[in-house]
Amino acid sequence: MSGGLARCGWVLKTLLSHWRGHPMQLATLLVGLILATALWSGVQALNQQARQSYARAAAMFGGARTATLVAKDGAAFSQDLFIALRRAGWAVSPLLEERVQINGRSVRLVGIEPLTLPKETGAVARMDGGELRTFLMPPYQTRVARETLVSLGLHEGERPQLRNGQSLPPLAISPALAPGVLVVDIGIAQRALQKPNQISRLLVARQPLGPASPLSEVVGDRLQLVAPQSESGLEQLTDSFHLNLTAFGFLSFAVGLFIVNSAIGLTFEQRRPMFRTMRACGVSARTLNAMLLVELVALALVAGFVGMLAGYGMAALLLPDVAATLRGLYSAEIPGELTLRPAWWIAGLAMTMAGAVAAAATGFIKLQRLSILAAAQPDAWKELQQRWLKRQGLLAVLVTGIAIACLLFGHSLGAGFALLGTLLLAAALALPVALGLLLQISERWASRYRRQPLLQWAFADSRQQLSGLSLALMALLLAVAVNVGVSTMVGSFRATFVTWLDDRLMADVYLDAASNEQAAEIAQWLKRRPEQIAILPGVRAETRVAGQTIELMGLADNAEYRRRWPLLAAAPDAWRSIAQGDAAFVSEQLSRRAGLKPGDTISVATDAGHWPLTIAGIYADYGNPRGQLAVDGDALVRHFPKTPRTRLALRIAPPQVSRLVADLQNTFHLGERQIADQSEVKAESKRIFDKTFAVTAALNAFTLGVAAIALLTSLLTLAGARLPQLAPLWAMGVTLPRLSAIELAKTMMLALLTALLAVPLGLAVGWCLVAVVNVRAFGWRIPLHVFPSQLVELLAIAMVAALIAAAVPLAKLFRMPPARLIRVFANER
Amino acid sequence: MHRRAFVQGLAWLAAAGPARAQGFAGLGGEAEGYAPVVRGRALTFPADHGAHPQFRIEWWYVTANLRGEDGEAYGVQWTLFRQAMAPGSEGQGWGSRQLWMGHAAVTSARQHLFAERLARGGVGQAGVEAAPFHAFIDAWELRAPEGASAQTLAPLALKASSTDFRIDLRLDTTRPVVLQGEGGYSEKSTRGQASYYYSQPFFTAQGEIALAGRSVGVTGQAWLDREWSSQPLAPDQKGWDWMSLHLASGDKVMLFRLRQDDGADYRSGNWIDADGTAHALAASDIAMTPTAWTTIGTHVVPTSWRVAIASRGLTISIAPLNPQSWMGTSIPYWEGPVRIEGSHGGVGYLEATGY
Repeated sequence: MSGGLARCGWVLKTLLSHWRGHPMQLATLLVGLILATALWSGVQALNQQARQSYARAAAMFGGARTATLVAKDGAAFSQDLFIALRRAGWAVSPLLEERVQINGRSVRLVGIEPLTLPKETGAVARMDGGELRTFLMPPYQTRVARETLVSLGLHEGERPQLRNGQSLPPLAISPALAPGVLVVDIGIAQRALQKPNQISRLLVARQPLGPASPLSEVVGDRLQLVAPQSESGLEQLTDSFHLNLTAFGFLSFAVGLFIVNSAIGLTFEQRRPMFRTMRACGVSARTLNAMLLVELVALALVAGFVGMLAGYGMAALLLPDVAATLRGLYSAEIPGELTLRPAWWIAGLAMTMAGAVAAAATGFIKLQRLSILAAAQPDAWKELQQRWLKRQGLLAVLVTGIAIACLLFGHSLGAGFALLGTLLLAAALALPVALGLLLQISERWASRYRRQPLLQWAFADSRQQLSGLSLALMALLLAVAVNVGVSTMVGSFRATFVTWLDDRLMADVYLDAASNEQAAEIAQWLKRRPEQIAILPGVRAETRVAGQTIELMGLADNAEYRRRWPLLAAAPDAWRSIAQGDAAFVSEQLSRRAGLKPGDTISVATDAGHWPLTIAGIYADYGNPRGQLAVDGDALVRHFPKTPRTRLALRIAPPQVSRLVADLQNTFHLGERQIADQSEVKAESKRIFDKTFAVTAALNAFTLGVAAIALLTSLLTLAGARLPQLAPLWAMGVTLPRLSAIELAKTMMLALLTALLAVPLGLAVGWCLVAVVNVRAFGWRIPLHVFPSQLVELLAIAMVAALIAAAVPLAKLFRMPPARLIRVFANER
Repeated sequence: MHRRAFVQGLAWLAAAGPARAQGFAGLGGEAEGYAPVVRGRALTFPADHGAHPQFRIEWWYVTANLRGEDGEAYGVQWTLFRQAMAPGSEGQGWGSRQLWMGHAAVTSARQHLFAERLARGGVGQAGVEAAPFHAFIDAWELRAPEGASAQTLAPLALKASSTDFRIDLRLDTTRPVVLQGEGGYSEKSTRGQASYYYSQPFFTAQGEIALAGRSVGVTGQAWLDREWSSQPLAPDQKGWDWMSLHLASGDKVMLFRLRQDDGADYRSGNWIDADGTAHALAASDIAMTPTAWTTIGTHVVPTSWRVAIASRGLTISIAPLNPQSWMGTSIPYWEGPVRIEGSHGGVGYLEATGY
């Protein structure tokens, strides 16, 4: 037993001794693994960070995610109802909120009751004893996010003044708060807003306290329960974006694994004499394989650990909010993360190890099949390589078949991802074959020019070199393709997202009055205002089409509004038929689900019978889980006379928004849910998206860097092996500078061919992401935008990377002493 | 077990203020600005059944040892704490400086279910009225009917419920409340720390409890403790072991041991004859020795004891009904029903804090 162990130790030691002679190879292997893991874990960390930012904004004091109790008329009500409900067993917490003007800027002042505040309503609930005491005791506290403090032009400790002359307690920064919100104790809010004993609404905790009396028994019909809303469109759009980023993480990981695969392939090749010697000394193939596996797992473990750290570091560096990321990583104070983190680490490391083993699998298989004697002859390996290349071609065809099957017959998200994976794999497998064919054609073409033997040689030699470089070239292909794909995806997302936000949330202020009468009153009041305000009434109704409940929305009669409506497809004269009241636009989701296209007719059930509508076009309605039809607003009211006409969308010059919102709220007692300032929503959403976009660009650079390193190491390894090919040319009189130039041209040609092949592949990847993966996950499709300048830029970067990778070994050749070249002939095989 | 994130580390507000880490839950903090506890002040009822906001801390504490119709033993705890965040005038409405905390628990040999409620004073979510007596927080309450006796503090209706348990008991007795210590002045150290302390150990209890959806009718005995102080612990006292014992003979015994940093402790107790006569026990007369410890998470708590009171010929062992009777509340502690064996039989409640 101990003899066996000792032998294992001895084998392992011999195996490891290889790295001492080839530190660069070890570095490639480790760097490949580290970068693969880092890219993957970094993307994960970024995703989480961005999600948290959204959650922070969405969950803040309920947003729409928490159930609330509100007065029937939306006005403030007595806090006695809060007490009555608590005493009856209800887990409710009071909130008093109103828009206030501070230094000319409109912010939301929220009074909370920290002891009863449900924990799911935001990080402000996580006050510890000392903080709570400061919050509840004189001089009290006004909690604010740093960005809000900056935008108000105030400093911590200052007391903000309200327009009614009241001042708030000293400001204190609370990083977890959403922007544009000031949080005080409810008692302070009641005093500052001069609403003693009044509350705007009650938050209902998700977790009940226990049995409770029915609502009507406690408060009669004075309060109504507003159920929490499901995800908003914005959140769905974000989810989709993050799904795509996750896909990017996977792709980057795959690129990293290719590098690992190429590095491992090379080390296997170089250690063949060592393997042979060990086998001849009596080491069984099983022991050898086992020890190789031990070595690999150990390397993967080290690299995986460093990679995880590097990934987090990268995420932290790339995000402006470094502190927040670090807090998420290292502190135990945020519940949920604490339990997630070990699992995350284990998952990340396991992924690295599985990846490393998968990358080494071909090497193991080859080793197993190699006979002891054959192992000594490099040609045997080459032959195997040749045969393997042929098999690769066949395999590529097979994998392409699977990809096509995934596209045609798969409908799940899994099939979408499988399509992505098989597409990339097939392309990588086919690359050497494709390059070989291209070179063969070129060689034939060159053979016509008999005066150019060097040119002919260059093509022939490139073909021979292909097998050695193929793995590195595959890595380059995948890196460029993934870059193209992800840039296209991100660019398309951004273009779509920004236009969609601008178009669909075109109005600056949205409000929902308590009644039709109040809406009319508000409209009159708005017309008397000095500002230029465009009032777009919004009417909605619910109906059933093809067995499913859908939303009917009325289009406002406003040229600008109609011009910017995000139509994806339209029949001729679409808007005229809409105005006539017998046509409708259908949302993309509904058009997909019900198979509706322009020109089709449908019958919509209304309060007064059936309403036949012709489909005049399809519009983007990203993130809306419900199907929607858009019809003329007046026609909608005619067919649904009972539909409430309480919604108004207002367009106004942006600087006037906050004042108008505050005036509207104070004049008509509109609650937070009844009026929304979209400019803030838009700005915040764009900011978070831009952060993620910047990060993606940086990630792209990382991926290309990884591919360049792979190319460099492959070329370095090949440099020595290629001397027997180069020495005869040198002996025939080709100067070293000329030889170097030819070598460089060859490498660059291979790289350029690869990069060019990567462009269509990348576009295909981008298309898969937005048109397959996204549609299967969310039911809507982002239009694919191709950005040619971006592609050129990427190609240029890839070529620069290839140039740098090729230059290092060539510099060696350039300065090679003639003696070394002559020695090639001395020990000719 | 569901814990509300915001109370984690709350450590009962006083502990987080300037008096941080002064004894268990900050009870050893400076008393400056609060009303002092003085020897010789006569307690008056019903006024002293109500709240004393000028003192820093106060509690209404009921424990009950019950027997179910199913023959099983059960324990019930119902507690309301009041804590002032700062000395001074009480403040109006939300400006009140009073915080209230309710703890309730139901214990069987296999289950220990508990819940916590927190509330601000001043707005009616929690509070105590002296007459007719009514202590409440959210839907939990301890309420005497109109015209109930101020001397006996009986009868009382006790109610509490949570997502996984429900308590509905009626407590009754004809005996007057019993003053602890010297006429209600209960010394807690040799350096003057003290509290006002009286009890009603003679309650009979009857009603219904539910554990995890299973209801059971119960009868038994209950003990109410009333205590208020501004600095009940000396700064070096880190916790206490307290027990209330219903002996089979009808006698009632209250014992406590305050543990000091230096390893010494301050022992005190009261022997209440079956007829209600109270006899203070000298520290030298009381022996309290842990015999078994229970590990709950990171806490190691003495849950079995050997207790001797030489002058009364009492030598008993005390064992928990459920060693896992841990109150995982903002201030965590162990509190649960116990069985008594030895020279005397009976049941009781054990409380162990600061572990």
